[in-house]
Amino acid sequence: IVVYGGRHTVTLIPGDGIGPELLNHVREVFRFSCVPVDFEVVHVNSALETDDDMNNAITAIRRNGVALKGNIETKHTLPASVKSRNNVLRTSLDLYANVMHCQSLPGVQTRHKNIDIMIIRENTEGEYSSLEHESVSGVVESLKIITRNNSLRIAEYAFQLARDKGRRRVTAVHKANIMKLGDGLFLQCCKEVASGYPDITFDSMIVDNTTMQLVSKPQQFDVMVMPNLYGNVVSNVCAGLVGGPGLVPGANYGRDYAVFETATRNTGKSIAGRNIANPTALLLASCMMLDHLELNDHATSIRNAVLTTMNETRLHTADIGGQGTTLEVVQSIMRIIQSKGQLTSEF
Amino acid sequence: MFSLVAVNHLAVKHCEQIFGIMAGSAWRSMLTQVVGGTVRRCTLNSVHLSKGMQTVTLIPGDGIGPEISSAVVKIFQAANAPVSWEERNVTAIKGPGGRWMIPPDAKESMDRSKIGLKGPLKTPIAAGHPSMNLLLRKTFDLYANVRPCISIEGYKTPYTDVDLVTIRENTEGEYSGIEHQIVDGVVQSIKLITENASRRIAEYAFEYARNNQRSSVTAVHKANIMRMSDGLFLRKCREVAESYKDIKFTEMYLDTVCLNMVQDPTQFDVLVMPNLYGDILSDLCAGLIGGLGVTPSGNIGANGVAIFESVHGTAPDIAGLDLANPTALLLSGVMMLRHMGLHDHAHKIQKACFDTIREKKVLTKDLGGNSKCSEFTADICRRVQDLD
Repeated sequence: IVVYGGRHTVTLIPGDGIGPELLNHVREVFRFSCVPVDFEVVHVNSALETDDDMNNAITAIRRNGVALKGNIETKHTLPASVKSRNNVLRTSLDLYANVMHCQSLPGVQTRHKNIDIMIIRENTEGEYSSLEHESVSGVVESLKIITRNNSLRIAEYAFQLARDKGRRRVTAVHKANIMKLGDGLFLQCCKEVASGYPDITFDSMIVDNTTMQLVSKPQQFDVMVMPNLYGNVVSNVCAGLVGGPGLVPGANYGRDYAVFETATRNTGKSIAGRNIANPTALLLASCMMLDHLELNDHATSIRNAVLTTMNETRLHTADIGGQGTTLEVVQSIMRIIQSKGQLTSEF
Repeated sequence: MFSLVAVNHLAVKHCEQIFGIMAGSAWRSMLTQVVGGTVRRCTLNSVHLSKGMQTVTLIPGDGIGPEISSAVVKIFQAANAPVSWEERNVTAIKGPGGRWMIPPDAKESMDRSKIGLKGPLKTPIAAGHPSMNLLLRKTFDLYANVRPCISIEGYKTPYTDVDLVTIRENTEGEYSGIEHQIVDGVVQSIKLITENASRRIAEYAFEYARNNQRSSVTAVHKANIMRMSDGLFLRKCREVAESYKDIKFTEMYLDTVCLNMVQDPTQFDVLVMPNLYGDILSDLCAGLIGGLGVTPSGNIGANGVAIFESVHGTAPDIAGLDLANPTALLLSGVMMLRHMGLHDHAHKIQKACFDTIREKKVLTKDLGGNSKCSEFTADICRRVQDLD
């Protein structure tokens, strides 16, 4: 974490689609609330084949320790050797834990209520190892790597987080009946770590049954830990259950760095530039970042304003059934911050 | 009235004379066009006799398998479905050379009848042989797993108006079973994607869409992360889509599908995908309509064999107590009838089943009632006969 003269410097990667416009709104809210954070903006051009942009971004994050980012598009027209930039960022910085907290919001209409699930997803290996080859023409192998070290590490993270947050149960999601060695190893590591946390209940569930349970009785889940791909599926299912991609923030933690973004990592190309995107997820992600920087008062102030707009004022964007524009929602949030009597700049 | 066989033969001869012998699906499409809407479409290689009975291999299975199978047999009889059942057992036996295989009489029956209906099979633990489902899949090269998920009116779930079909590649992908420990603490699982299997499943998906009047096919993938493997799968889907311009083709990331599916499942029609995604998504969709107790499933093989099955477990705790719910197996039987071209019988039985569930008078415990399996079955039989 970089603090100089009381001000923090954070790397900002606008990304593609709705990233740039929503991050501009975040900066506006920060400026208005006099948050002592300066953003170092690094652009990544997803259309280029070279790695220079990504290397700059990674260096900047190493320098500042913390980043806020939009999703970088992965263009299929580029050759397969050009890997997903988002993935490269996560693995280069060893951001091994992806954390997502899915909570039902009272102001949002959904089929299921009272959902409160924390999802901890292994973020660097598994199916996302990007190790593929074409053995002979028309036959492709993709390697899924599971290691003891990373499985222990993520299990440890999950149980520690559960304990810190006063949660009672951790469920490991896997497919060890089919992938006996790979997911078997993951499950074994979770069991080992669980034995060191007797105050927390540990159980496991097969991934296909998990998705079935999530759409019928999501209230049964507390904390869930899983390898990379299942994490992708489960986190998107949960985000959908509480109201969609515009609402849930996500965080990627490593030993030395932390990167904050929306939980479901969508580019939102089709709604970019139309002032209709939901700013909630990225604003809440920026609050998670402020907590990480120990600027808790600012974090709480902005978060409360966002949730008040969502649940009391009920000013909603189209994705959750409302008619508000992005700008209207942001301005409502800023008005609420101002009304609480804290120091603010001009509108 | 001409028997359908005679009509088929005439049409075939007509085609052959004019166009010469054409390959595969082009010929089949031509066949249905020439003879028009009166012909019941023949899916893959199933030629049937309209007047006579068609043989189906019945595998009751374990646990509640036998009782739900006999429930289905009763209902089919009440509906006068022209099906004659050949019951067979499927337990693994060791063949010559030490390889595990299914009993030869079961294989022979299935090869002859080409159609099977199967109840749940026990998963052996430490029995020394692979699961029976895996053996069946390998024996008949069951490459496509098809699960239509339709909301059951009268069985309330938080989701209504679900009407989609998941088509899952069932032979390769993440379930190739190739795993090894490279060094202590590092395990590598291999996901295999081949051009042939991808093309085959894509062709099946589009053929299914066309034969069942579905308007779009969506390929589900993660080609942003698995560039080469899912990229190959996607490319094959795109190529096959070119030959089916009447069907709309879209692509969607797996996570986006999950995200959208739980918010609005009505936007999906036919979904085609590799093995693991298919496993997860098909169960997710089953959850939307009420779970595995009410979801039908079919497996299509390479040489014309099709096995329809219920995908729930054997429920040993209620086996033999007349408490089981035969809906999943029954709806799989309905899927089977449609595959055989017996649409009227399929419609009758499905309607009777849905009406019974909607009336809520004789529901089994898992559906929220406390009636017996035999009472539930009798109610459906009665309705089926009344519909005649």
